[in-house]
Amino acid sequence: MSKSVNDWLNDHGDYLYRFALARLRDPHQAEDAVQETMLAAIKSDSFEGDSSARTWLTGILKHKIIDLQRKQIREQPLSDLIDLDASDTSIDDFFDKSGHWLEKPQTLDMPDNALEQKQFLSILSDCIDRLPAKLATIFIMRDVHEVNNENICKELNITATNAWVILYRARMGLRKCLEINWTFG
Amino acid sequence: MKLMLTCKQASQIISQSLDNPLSRSDRMKLKFHLFICGACARFNQQLRIIKNAIHRMKLDTENDTSVQLTVDAKNRINQTIDSNHH
Repeated sequence: MSKSVNDWLNDHGDYLYRFALARLRDPHQAEDAVQETMLAAIKSDSFEGDSSARTWLTGILKHKIIDLQRKQIREQPLSDLIDLDASDTSIDDFFDKSGHWLEKPQTLDMPDNALEQKQFLSILSDCIDRLPAKLATIFIMRDVHEVNNENICKELNITATNAWVILYRARMGLRKCLEINWTFG
Repeated sequence: MKLMLTCKQASQIISQSLDNPLSRSDRMKLKFHLFICGACARFNQQLRIIKNAIHRMKLDTENDTSVQLTVDAKNRINQTIDSNHH
């Protein structure tokens, strides 16, 4: 049994690591997730020889990634999330009193060539890292992990209004950050 | 909410549209607003580009075979497996 676990790590470890890194965006956490997956794989005897080991391991990994995400969220004071309600004024920073844009959004295009695309994605990634932690966590849950709003609310015990305000803020911040840091055309 | 949306309201509805289907009434109001408002149309496009780019970023990392566990990391994991297994 122990031998096949080592084989799993050799055969699928890099794939699982990439899968985890793409979602957790942190090399240490991604390594932890792979390790937890291997440990869970040893303990479990649900593996059927006729399904692919990679598919089976990826299924376990998905759960481990969600566990890590939950842990991350628990480490943040929940009061920070609840403080963000719709009456908070920082949304108004983008609009005047009559609801018009203070600065009109500019045209943002995803570049065609591969090198510029890479730069664009790297700036986007920096912009996500610069979001306040509470905004980033929920934004990543929604747009990277693709968890639906209903489950985000259940998971964090926040209202639907909290969730949409947080997502709205995160998106407003990201697009502004891209406008500033990505040169257009 | 009145028939005409402000840009602020439109931007909020655009963000919500990425997460949940809009009500028929919001959809109509937004459609009309985007038709007459270039700034909000660009905002709408910005949010969609960001969403697609994030999806793209995820796939790029997943498919980038140069991204691998380091030898050290593999050793660490193997050690943890062995110490948990015995």
